[in-house]
Amino acid sequence: MSDPRANDLSTYSLRLGDDALIAAQRTAEWIAAAPQLEEDVALGNIGLDQLGQARSLLQYAGTVEGAGRSEDDLAYFRDEREFLNLQLCELPNGDFAQTIAKLLYFATYQHLLYEELRGGTDETLAGVAGKAVKEVAYHVDHATQWVLRLGDGTDESHRRMQAGLDAMWPYTAELFASDELVQRLDVAVDPSTLEEEWLRRVNQVIDESTCERPTSAYQHSGGRDGRHTEHFGYLLAELQHVARSHPGASW
Amino acid sequence: MVSDTAIFEAVGEVADPEVPVLTIADLGVLRGVRHEGDEVVVTITPTYSGCPAMDLIKHEVELTLDSLHLKGRVETVLSPAWTTDWMSDEGKAKLTEYGIAPPTGRRAVGGPVSLSLTLRCPLCGSPDTSELSRFGSTSCKSLWRCNSCREPFDHFKAI
Repeated sequence: MSDPRANDLSTYSLRLGDDALIAAQRTAEWIAAAPQLEEDVALGNIGLDQLGQARSLLQYAGTVEGAGRSEDDLAYFRDEREFLNLQLCELPNGDFAQTIAKLLYFATYQHLLYEELRGGTDETLAGVAGKAVKEVAYHVDHATQWVLRLGDGTDESHRRMQAGLDAMWPYTAELFASDELVQRLDVAVDPSTLEEEWLRRVNQVIDESTCERPTSAYQHSGGRDGRHTEHFGYLLAELQHVARSHPGASW
Repeated sequence: MVSDTAIFEAVGEVADPEVPVLTIADLGVLRGVRHEGDEVVVTITPTYSGCPAMDLIKHEVELTLDSLHLKGRVETVLSPAWTTDWMSDEGKAKLTEYGIAPPTGRRAVGGPVSLSLTLRCPLCGSPDTSELSRFGSTSCKSLWRCNSCREPFDHFKAI
């Protein structure tokens, strides 16, 4: 690819698409394992929304790249270091409270990001974001309701909710890390501009839930450069093994 | 040449696979029909990004074009984003008859103030209903229960 701007745009779309794809894969792990039937359906729907966003974004990344790679090629035939998703998205689900904490952090971030992106000048990204922002509003709402219910519930649910919020916190700084690419690419949203509002919204939910705002000096990073946690390879193995075992198969 | 309007009416009869009483024209999923040379281009839009019915709808539209002996293709567009405002009044009436509460035209979440909206039970008409889950049997629906007749019912979410 010779055009540097196309290269940036493709990489940017890939980042957002990978976030959505990997989040969808983790969310879907709850299907048939959620604490109640309604929750099973809710998480299944949330995962499906994320997957739909991933498809559009990966398809666009492939088109802009111009090397003939489809959304499936990008999802199934890249290796670990080629994925650019946030580490937060790939973390194991843990218990239900941990999953909900992850959803609160991620969906609030996605909501702010898509709100900005839908007013942007790139027609495709604005289209995907305009569609997704309405879906993600439901994800934020769902996570919020659970954080309040668990945090302000029994001693045990409070303890678990606090532990979930604390466990996911060291992966949140990465959401707002700026780099040369987002500063250079005119249609990209610099995520550092979202941090203040994100903190305000998330803190409001945490305060209301009677949990403590997490504090952690150490913050992980590296997802945007293809450096991932030790859990990621296992996730990819499950995501990719059918497509790789039967290349070219269709169903 | 078959006119764009006639083609629109014909492919508009394709039924939604999840809610078969609704056609894609009722839903507002069918966006438009145009000619590019002698090729017909039909544009459709998903209700939700991950809507799994889109592939089947696309296939059914292609079959309809075939039956009209037309050469054509189906394009999916995301913008402007689908909202429940695209659903026709006829579509909303059909939904109620089918036992699904139609969208109210207001979103349940995302505004500055969270509102608790009441819905009429599509089965007995009572306004005494409660939401069981924001997420229902498909992405576009939420699950409710009528406190009068005790029947659960689906609500087509307003987005």
